[in-house]
Amino acid sequence: MAHISPTYKLLKIDEKSFLVFYLTNQGEEVYVSTLVKQREEKVKTRDAYGEVLPRIGEKDEDIVVLTADLAGSTRTKYFAEEFPERFFNVGITEANMMGMAAGLAMEGKKPFVSTFSIFATGKPWEQIRQTIAYQSAPVRIVATHAGLTVGEDGASHQILEDISLMRVLPNMKVIVPADSTQTKAVIERIGKDLSGPVYVRLARAGFPVVYEDCDFEIGKAEVLTEGSDLTIFATGLMVANSLDAADDLADQGISAEVVNVSTIKPLDVDTVLESVEKTGRALTVEEHNVIGGLGSAVSEVVSEGHPVPLKRVGVEDRFGESGPAYELIEHFGLTSDRIAEEGESLLDGEL
Amino acid sequence: MDTNTLQKKANKLRADVLQAVTNANSGHPGGALGMADVWTVLHYKYLNDRPDQPRWEDRDRFILSNGHTCPLLYAVLADKGYFDSSELDHLRELGALLQGHPSTAKGTPGVEFSSGSLGHGLSFSGGVALAGKLDGRTYKTYVSISDAECQEGQTWEAAGVASHKKLGNLCAIVDYNDSQIDGKVSEIQDVAPIKNKWESFGWNVIEIDGHDYNEIDGALQEFNESEDPDGLPTVIISHNVIGKGVSFMEGDYHWHHGVLTPEQLEQAFSELGVS
Ligand SMILES: Cc1ncc(C[n+]2csc(CCOP(=O)(O)OP(=O)(O)O)c2C)c(N)n1
Repeated sequence: MAHISPTYKLLKIDEKSFLVFYLTNQGEEVYVSTLVKQREEKVKTRDAYGEVLPRIGEKDEDIVVLTADLAGSTRTKYFAEEFPERFFNVGITEANMMGMAAGLAMEGKKPFVSTFSIFATGKPWEQIRQTIAYQSAPVRIVATHAGLTVGEDGASHQILEDISLMRVLPNMKVIVPADSTQTKAVIERIGKDLSGPVYVRLARAGFPVVYEDCDFEIGKAEVLTEGSDLTIFATGLMVANSLDAADDLADQGISAEVVNVSTIKPLDVDTVLESVEKTGRALTVEEHNVIGGLGSAVSEVVSEGHPVPLKRVGVEDRFGESGPAYELIEHFGLTSDRIAEEGESLLDGEL
Repeated sequence: MDTNTLQKKANKLRADVLQAVTNANSGHPGGALGMADVWTVLHYKYLNDRPDQPRWEDRDRFILSNGHTCPLLYAVLADKGYFDSSELDHLRELGALLQGHPSTAKGTPGVEFSSGSLGHGLSFSGGVALAGKLDGRTYKTYVSISDAECQEGQTWEAAGVASHKKLGNLCAIVDYNDSQIDGKVSEIQDVAPIKNKWESFGWNVIEIDGHDYNEIDGALQEFNESEDPDGLPTVIISHNVIGKGVSFMEGDYHWHHGVLTPEQLEQAFSELGVS
């Protein structure tokens, strides 16, 4: 099985301070993150992106930013205000924008390309395939407004297929930050050298803040709470909901391990397999179609590497619709209650 | 309907748009207000449709490509009786008949095309017009597109094919209001000289002031009377003012989307002469 080898192994989770430590191969303790104690505050991941982009841009003149008439919505306008000479609003020409980004990247620039996720993945998919992925051009596609939480604009704008579309492309990396803190760490990391392209999925609505502080390494999934009865693999907004679900399950005496799979590709196969070897059950949770996203990625490695009962929670192969963001999360069954229910049902009849 | 009646109708539709967007607390009123005059003449004087038979086979097709302006489409359809006007109060709500962008998924009567992603409508309309010719039907196909959609490559692919395939039964109406989300079209990514572009793609081009009822009527009449389905497709380039009819919205691209305060709504209604 081809996969990345992990540098870190889980050492301990400090319950009091919510620090998570990992042990490296060399035996040294490495700090990974500090979780917030109460997940109350909601912050938009796109706001975090808008804030950090000019900060990395000021340190690296190779960083250029492109958008297709969505500078305000994607928050790239803050970069534009500080570095207008390195900012290009190309109008509504997404396919062209991807081609230009590939050209910029092949000439040594570090292009960040931002628009709504549907127009960053679906519309210019073949341009991404031919000119970005095939050439392994290090283009940073940072898309906002993914998933149901787009809200009122409705199905046309609520892409639930982007992870799938990007994951299938050779050379492409796929990252879904869990919250605004992790978004900043992700953007800082991808502002550095990259061997190929990366897709980062951000959202319109505010997400509960999960991390007080964190480091980010591409390809590393992170165990946030340890458990023994089942593993909940979550990504994006669903990390917060899964942590809530794990709390509910704990009240019922069920011990759930929650893993933040922020890098969906390359998937952290070792962390996934080690966790299911321990718990024997897997639940995947994502604000995405159950086909082709996190659920598929985890199913693929679990069924090949260590088959265990597995359930996928996500949008059941349908389009979204208009409505307030969090009403839609409820309507489509992505709440912590639903996650806890599905977790429970995985255990039903077996305990 | 005489011009005076049409103008009143247009202002009533504008008020409906603003009311619906205000209720929904989100949406795109600016472009809709700018297109209201052209649409009113088209929908109340030329479009051959039957609101009680939304899928009547010989109806003229009206396709909205710049789907974000759909509150205007919904106001027209409600006014014509395609559905109850109380639906306007539920725009963008969970489960609503009137989705944030036009959707055929909910079976909304009168909605011919699911839009929201810009640049798709002209191709779809080319297909609809071609089907009409294949079936020997005399319906006409009208499609509303925006100036910013003229930035999309697909619009020009569609334009080239429509003229080469002689879709003389197709009429595109461009909302040339020089506005898009981030600024003026002429400053973000210009589409000028727009007339020459359409001409060189083989279209019959009519350029009008989209708030001058004589010019609107003249353009629609010219297309409507053209009997040759194998002629050139027609494009009406309508110079519109975003937010037309409401002083504080006129000409300001920021009103691409946005919600009026209760005071602004009141002022807008009074300027539109609607109570
Ligand atoms: C393919 C695509 N890219 C981006 C968007 C996001 N978006 C919605 S409206 C708009 C621009 C609006 O300009 P225009 O269509 O001229 O509308 P107006 O403001 O004049 O109503 C953009 C970029 C979209 N809907 N579709």
